[in-house]
Amino acid sequence: MKTLPHWLVLSLLLAAAGGGLFVYKHQVLGYPLTPGELSTAWTVQTRVQFRGDGGPLKIALRLPAQTPGFARLNEHFVSRDFGLTVEENRHTRTAVWAKRRVSGTQTLYYRVTFYPTGLAAALPPRPDYPPLPALDEPFATALRNIVTKVREHSADIASFSAELLRRLNTGSTDEDFQLFLSDPIYRADRVALARLLLAGARIPTLKVNGLKLGAQSNNQPLMPYLAVHNEQRWLFFDPLSGQLGLPADYLFLWFGDEPAAGIKGGEVTDVHYAVQSSELSSLQLAIENTGLAHPWLARFSLLALPLHSQSLYEILLLVPVGAFIIVLLRNVVGVRSFGTFMPVLIALAFRETRLIAGILMFTFIVGTGLLLRFYLERLKLLLVPRLAAVLTIVVLLMAALSVVTYQLNLEVGLSVALFPMVIMAMVIERMSIAWEESGPRNALIDATGSLAIAALAYLTMENHLVRHLVLVYPELLLIVLGAIIALGRYTGYRLSELRRFKPLAGGI
Amino acid sequence: MSFFHRYRRLKDAGVLGLNERNGDYIMRYNERRFYPLVDDKILCKQRLDAFGIPTPRLLARIRTQHEAARLGTVLGQLHEFAIKPAHGSGGSGIQVIVARRNRRWVTAGGRLLDIPDIAHYVANILSGMYSLGGQPDEAMIETLIHLHPCYQGFNLTGIPDQRIIVYRGYPVMAMIRLPTRQSDGKANLHQGAVGCGIDLASGQTISAVMHNQPVEEHPDTGTALGGFMIPEWRRMLWMAARCHDAVGLGYMGADIVIDREHGPQILELNARPGLAIQIANRAGLGRRLKAIDRLPDDGAGAGAETRVARTLALAACGWDPAAAGAIADRIAPHPGEIAEPGAACG
Repeated sequence: MKTLPHWLVLSLLLAAAGGGLFVYKHQVLGYPLTPGELSTAWTVQTRVQFRGDGGPLKIALRLPAQTPGFARLNEHFVSRDFGLTVEENRHTRTAVWAKRRVSGTQTLYYRVTFYPTGLAAALPPRPDYPPLPALDEPFATALRNIVTKVREHSADIASFSAELLRRLNTGSTDEDFQLFLSDPIYRADRVALARLLLAGARIPTLKVNGLKLGAQSNNQPLMPYLAVHNEQRWLFFDPLSGQLGLPADYLFLWFGDEPAAGIKGGEVTDVHYAVQSSELSSLQLAIENTGLAHPWLARFSLLALPLHSQSLYEILLLVPVGAFIIVLLRNVVGVRSFGTFMPVLIALAFRETRLIAGILMFTFIVGTGLLLRFYLERLKLLLVPRLAAVLTIVVLLMAALSVVTYQLNLEVGLSVALFPMVIMAMVIERMSIAWEESGPRNALIDATGSLAIAALAYLTMENHLVRHLVLVYPELLLIVLGAIIALGRYTGYRLSELRRFKPLAGGI
Repeated sequence: MSFFHRYRRLKDAGVLGLNERNGDYIMRYNERRFYPLVDDKILCKQRLDAFGIPTPRLLARIRTQHEAARLGTVLGQLHEFAIKPAHGSGGSGIQVIVARRNRRWVTAGGRLLDIPDIAHYVANILSGMYSLGGQPDEAMIETLIHLHPCYQGFNLTGIPDQRIIVYRGYPVMAMIRLPTRQSDGKANLHQGAVGCGIDLASGQTISAVMHNQPVEEHPDTGTALGGFMIPEWRRMLWMAARCHDAVGLGYMGADIVIDREHGPQILELNARPGLAIQIANRAGLGRRLKAIDRLPDDGAGAGAETRVARTLALAACGWDPAAAGAIADRIAPHPGEIAEPGAACG
């Protein structure tokens, strides 16, 4: 096999590096492809009310645990004059507020914002197998009967649990179930009852306390779920319907039978959850997300710069895109222009003036400057003074244009100040020399070519998608660099040459 | 004809494009360090003199504004001459003086110039107006070339020149550039001069081009452009091939003029010769370059004379690359011939 040339290898490597980073940032870190992309975020506010006995008080509030598919964006505690510590272990987080003397009713708040993510979350490990519940008769016999009957109608832990919940919930006329359901102690807590019955088969279970985020509400009731471990993973059952699986917008709060808040030296009167959804910029979420997963990656990003530097880089990063357009137009299409990168600078000025006004002003300044330059020619000035004179004329023309258009209430004339005046002076000088040496036709062709390139570069650089992509994914410029290197070895015909050499294509 | 189709046709015809010329020939065969030898016309002239290649005589060189101020004494009793920038490109900045009237001179275009006019012109040259990138330049004053009588049939308003493309020391393609009224007496295709392809073997013009379009007659006089026999053709081929020994560029264009008295002279060398010569010849350059690639290098001892002979033999075979090996064996270098590869200089 023929080995690839060096330039092609380099170009492909650059493109692969740029493309790889791009795909990683988009797929894994969730950076958006288009500007203004929105994601839904959920804010859960926990309000805990309690009464103090007048002495020292310590209250522990369970904070939302990790939920698969959600990540915490930020959290906020309203502690008033309580001391706050957050106790954290692998699967639970607890906020502990404490104060020396508390009397009367107190209210504390905790706010947290979650957003959807593709990341997995660590769930608690399988607990020990529960012991057989020690029940009085007739409950002990009823439990044995239930386990025997359900086992006959099931194949494994999952189907056993589902069948048991189904029978429990359909309010079957089965007398063993009726025995439990008619007892006020067992009837109260359906999850606890299900766990007791499953313990009869020594199946490990856990109570899940959580919220359904779906509906926005000021008072979202807790929605407990039953978690059953089938030796491989946790299965989640709706204790009321017996349905397997969690709703997509279900948020875990904590695991276990304990209440939401534990207190010493007082009494909890109310724990209340409010849910609010909001639209957040996907970009902002991705930045936060990156900051959590890879702090260094987020820090070494243009998006971490101060805003004014960011807007500067937004322009600078577009220059290579413009340069690429020039390479394409000059080496592949074969458009002629004055100066290699003059069109990019003109295109940058067009960003402020907008396209039509920019082209008109450019034509006016170069045209008028050219006329005055022809007059200067008769004075036989030396090169540098003549260039300086043309530069002065350009500045005066720009000032005059601004003043006149402003008086005519055309604000756009003010932006003419952003034209690169030295470049304009050089264009006038080079155009006048080309005018004399190669004739007006060639000079006008070159001038039109320059403007056409500038307009095309402007349209590309002004494209919202392009601007968004280079700022969020600057690594795309590696692909641009690779393409420029590859085009640097393009030795085929330019499109304009197909026309130029047309007489030679007729068969020789 | 679709673009793609035309692309194929041009490729098949071996037409050389700008990108290919720049990337595969100029960058590969023209070493940077040899560029000053052609970009500085004074250096080039000295170099060619040393290799026995005739050039127009240098009458004076003006290096500083101070010297330009004393132009009157420099011009002295001169009646006819050409003023050129030493670093000019594409024939820009050349002023031709054809006669003198007391204290004033007449240009080729018929205008009258006095000493201050010429001094201003020279000052512009010195300040770099015509040089690449605008660096300070030198002005040179050369003897005037007189039109050779052989061209009289064309009724020209200026001096025609012969452009020969030399690749690795072998002349590969040639054309004669005839000034027109539109080109203002200049032999520059950009400015509207006519280019006629020359059959390398016979030295006869074959076909012509103006503004990239094929033409049959001279636009000013209606003279037929084909079938004209260039005088001293074999000597011109030798001169062009010999230039390679002098300046070491692997891909260049040699511009040759014929003076009434002094015969063929190298006017200038060009490290980036244009591609319109292909249209003038109705032939692709790339095909010929690939055939030349099969011939051994001048490093193998073949002098300019041998290289010309080989080129002509190859041209007679229709530039068939397969014939190159046999030609190289058949036409062996003369024992007495001097081959000085350009790489020896620098």
